[in-house]
Amino acid sequence: MGKRLLLRGNEVIAEAAIRAGCQCYFAYPITPQAELLQHMAVNMPRLGRTFVQAESELAAINMVYGAASAGVRTMTSSSSPGISLKQEGISYLAGSNLPAVIVNIVRGGPGLGDIAPSQCDYFQATKGGGHGDYHMIVLGPSTVPEAGQLTMLAFELADQYRTPVMLLADGMLGQMMEPVELPEPIEISSLPQKEWATNGAKGRDPNIVLSFDLDPEVLKHMNLILQERYRQIEAREVRYEETATGDADIAIVAYGTVARIVKTVIKMARAEGIKLGLFRPITLWPFPGQALRKLSEKVATVLTVEMSAGQMWEDVRLAIAEQAETPFYGEMGGVIPTPQRILSEVKKHAS
Amino acid sequence: MPVDVQNMQKVFARPNSLTDAKSTYCPGCHHGILTRIIAQTIDELGIAERTVGIAPVGCAVFAYRWYRCDAIQAAHGRASAVATGVKRANPSLIVFSYQGDGDFASIGTAESIHAANRGENITVIFVNNQVYGMTGGEMAPTSLVGQKTTTTPQGRDPKLFGYPIRFSEMIAQLDAPVYVTRQALYDTKRIKEATKAIKKAFTNQVKEKGYSLVEVLATCPTNWRMKPIDANKHVANVVEKTYRLGDLVNRG
Repeated sequence: MGKRLLLRGNEVIAEAAIRAGCQCYFAYPITPQAELLQHMAVNMPRLGRTFVQAESELAAINMVYGAASAGVRTMTSSSSPGISLKQEGISYLAGSNLPAVIVNIVRGGPGLGDIAPSQCDYFQATKGGGHGDYHMIVLGPSTVPEAGQLTMLAFELADQYRTPVMLLADGMLGQMMEPVELPEPIEISSLPQKEWATNGAKGRDPNIVLSFDLDPEVLKHMNLILQERYRQIEAREVRYEETATGDADIAIVAYGTVARIVKTVIKMARAEGIKLGLFRPITLWPFPGQALRKLSEKVATVLTVEMSAGQMWEDVRLAIAEQAETPFYGEMGGVIPTPQRILSEVKKHAS
Repeated sequence: MPVDVQNMQKVFARPNSLTDAKSTYCPGCHHGILTRIIAQTIDELGIAERTVGIAPVGCAVFAYRWYRCDAIQAAHGRASAVATGVKRANPSLIVFSYQGDGDFASIGTAESIHAANRGENITVIFVNNQVYGMTGGEMAPTSLVGQKTTTTPQGRDPKLFGYPIRFSEMIAQLDAPVYVTRQALYDTKRIKEATKAIKKAFTNQVKEKGYSLVEVLATCPTNWRMKPIDANKHVANVVEKTYRLGDLVNRG
């Protein structure tokens, strides 16, 4: 096993990407993900891999599109306003069946917003932020070590399903330092060949990467292939974690940094005799709706807590329908909910 | 005299790298000539098995169909960034982008300039026909002063719409590019010169010299509302006055 290091979330994501075999990284500077870019600037060339500081987010995501087409593992990272700029490219990646990893260290919005932690990009990430009928797999780490593990997983899932995968973390996770045991590096040469890649038509017919066909029937067929893949992903890749839900009367649904805060709230609530549990989606898309529905059959109330105006709350209500009460508490603009404040919300709904 | 088909000598043939896919270009348009020149160049350099073409958005969106090599269809204006990604991922590949004036010199301005400024070892073919062909003849950044288009029905007024952008001259003042040239295709002499220029632009890449840009003045008889022969004359007599032919950078 590797040794434990004290590292910042952004550095852990960068290092995990390197260990996952990311051969090409392209990005544009933006706070609060700058350390990720800087770590890659130092370490990618040292390993003989590609680091390019792109002229824009548009360029960065399209360089990713090119590198992914050529068959290598590739990544870009940014924060909210920059991720908005990448949406065109993400739509093309999805439409062209290209694997790539996109990291969003979310900050307060809309517009320029601020540089404080937020979860206000949930809609954009999970509903397909660009044009067209598509999804990305969206992974929401809750701690710095998990950010590393999910970065590794993101590359695996991207290749397995030929789809863009987003790591959706907030500024808190990007900036926070925690002791981490870094994942073991994979052997790049052991990765399966990508027979579809545009890496030279030697001894085979040419490969074409595209998201385009003017014949509606053909484009429909291309869409159906995507949708079939999304159904497979929904069937196989749902990930979530339940904490103290066995005897719970009330459950909180939260992901990322908020879920971590809720773990403290559970202890506080239980000390006061309130049986509080946590349901933490790890895959934000596919959303663990069925498991949440099951939990809602056991508890009277499912409180959603987010650093947004209630974006994931829509998915929660969709999953639970009328099965339980579904109140919401959220903070916006980069304000992080305190355990005390969350506890007082819990008390409003605890019987 | 009866023709002896068996013993006919083959003097002209389709390049191996050119597929027999049905062309989507209008009659009299220069894209077809240019496509053939590129395919012929790929053949002559023996690089088909390691070439990746990047198709733009615009009339050349189907460029991935014409060549017998790997190809990628890129988002509008981003072909030079996509080419960067491919080339950096696998420097042994020969990567060329094929971009129109709207793609390369308008919506893709940043990607075009910065790929050139980084000196990416790629070949860019930039087709300047002064009009948006596929969408219906709108003004391009390269449209001439006074040129009537569907979005400048009174003619391009520089006070409202600016001047024709000499994009290759902008690229030429950067330090990195090794070859920047403007060519035309309206007669045999120009076709021969353009063929030489394109071969040089690909050869530069094979020799790992760096970024090469070949701008090609092309006709759009359909949207210029001209007969092909008049369109050819228009390039020679009018367009060339704004866009002078010849090498702008030659550090090869």
